[in-house]
Amino acid sequence: MLTSLKSSNWLSTSTLIRREYFVYYVFFLVLLFFTITLQESSFFSLTNFMNIIRQTTPITIMAIGLTFALAGGHIDLSIGSVVALSALVAAVLMQLVPMPVAVLGALTVGVVIGLINGLLIEWLKVSSLLITLGTMGVITGLSRQITNLESVPIIDSSFNFLFGSGSFGPVSILLAWTIVASLLGYVLLRKLRYGRHLLAVGGNESGARAMGINTVKIRIASLVIASTSAAIAGLLYAGRLHGARYTLGEADLLTVIAAVAIGGTSLFGGRASIMGAVIGSWLMGLINNGLILSGFSTNEQMIARGLILIVAVAIGVKEQQK
Amino acid sequence: MSNDQLKQPALTVKNISKSFGGIQALKNVSFNINKGEVVALLGDNGAGKSTLVRCVSGIHPPDSGEILVNGTSARIDSPQDARDLGIETVFQDLAVIPEFDITANLFLNREVLSKNPLLRLFGWLDDKSMQATASRSLQRLNSRIPNLGEAINKLSGGQRQAVAIARAVNSGADVVIMDEPTAALGVEQSAQVNDLIKLISSQGVAVLLISHNMQHVMETCDRAVVLLRGESIADVRINEVSPRDLVGFITGAQRLSA
Repeated sequence: MLTSLKSSNWLSTSTLIRREYFVYYVFFLVLLFFTITLQESSFFSLTNFMNIIRQTTPITIMAIGLTFALAGGHIDLSIGSVVALSALVAAVLMQLVPMPVAVLGALTVGVVIGLINGLLIEWLKVSSLLITLGTMGVITGLSRQITNLESVPIIDSSFNFLFGSGSFGPVSILLAWTIVASLLGYVLLRKLRYGRHLLAVGGNESGARAMGINTVKIRIASLVIASTSAAIAGLLYAGRLHGARYTLGEADLLTVIAAVAIGGTSLFGGRASIMGAVIGSWLMGLINNGLILSGFSTNEQMIARGLILIVAVAIGVKEQQK
Repeated sequence: MSNDQLKQPALTVKNISKSFGGIQALKNVSFNINKGEVVALLGDNGAGKSTLVRCVSGIHPPDSGEILVNGTSARIDSPQDARDLGIETVFQDLAVIPEFDITANLFLNREVLSKNPLLRLFGWLDDKSMQATASRSLQRLNSRIPNLGEAINKLSGGQRQAVAIARAVNSGADVVIMDEPTAALGVEQSAQVNDLIKLISSQGVAVLLISHNMQHVMETCDRAVVLLRGESIADVRINEVSPRDLVGFITGAQRLSA
């Protein structure tokens, strides 16, 4: 009797709730909770949901990117800092060169930082946690340096439309970004050979190497994907806010990791879910929005995010131990 | 299982040496395996068995010496080189991906891609075709595996071993190296693996078997090569020796030049 109680512990989710569906249940419960508690306000409305999408899309894109780094067994703490640098590079370049070139420049920032992260991790054989903690510091400093802590406005209206401000009727263009990124991420992870090899490397590195998989190349690519996704997120912030500032993405790292972790991606490699990351990011957006409408402060939102990360990691670790 | 009439060498190792730092793990080791032959590689812990396997499977290329595959000299600098030459290794830890299902493990780094040339360019996987081939190849090995969609970490030790062996044979390998395939298995499962070894050798595959179990060596192998402190000290036909002789070679109490 005691053992049967123990094994149906809600944390050992396989018996009651399958891990990959966990985020959907939580999402639904949180939605239900706020719908009931915030009946007077406009929580349950298309306008508000579109608001959530608008605010969450950069997080969603970063979560999809980070899923790749985690799938291969690495983490990228520098993504938040890449957001600001990419946005600033785009904003500054747009004053000098045509818009598409500026966008390309910002994306190059993402690719190059991903390459640097990947090469340092694989060559020095140092934990990605430490390397990307270091690059995070360097990049944050750079962003503050190049603009002297000032914000840079973006007046190019086609850029602003395409990268966040545009909408078709009530539907924000950011929803299209979310859908396209989710599909691309899903196909790359689940349908293409690259994703299969990445998960193999994350699941059993020496085994994957023994089977002839180039683990170094695969993992460097995963960090480039994570970093480039962060650069895209930076563009999406810049387009929505019509400008860039060194503070962009500052507080996103925790939100992104929590979103990915609660979505069912293992923080230790080998198991990853793109849809989990997307729903996880929406859950974070939903909670944020609900807390704001309920009158909670940003401090309290941050506490909520931290708690969610701890719960998500606890569930993940329990799962791993089985 | 002896195939004296078919004396075609599948794998020949000539004067292989390998050192790590100041320690010489292999000294001028030479041996030969013919097609369809099962050769035991014996030796105490630290004798150099695993190093030799890693040299042949491309994980640690040797410092000097030559490896010939089907009679021609071959360069093996990476695991991929070895696999391309038809040398497959069933590692002690099996090198399977625990989260992957059987099919994905069978085709690891040998994935079948879509026939559509555009999708193929991006490396689009053809999972249906892989599933079909997987089920056929497992049937050929008479393995009792319930469901190809099952994740490897849900299988028993013997079933995992069967998957790892099937992966090695699946690709049409000429040489299969097995590092202690029965070490972690029970009596019945060990017997199944031995049957599997006999089956693939009867299909012409050359097998190099590392084992500590003298009974299994006597039952399944044609020949035994014994390493002692990195040197090959015996190369004998199994039906000409007793288990006691083999143990004597392994401990160094008995010597017999190859």
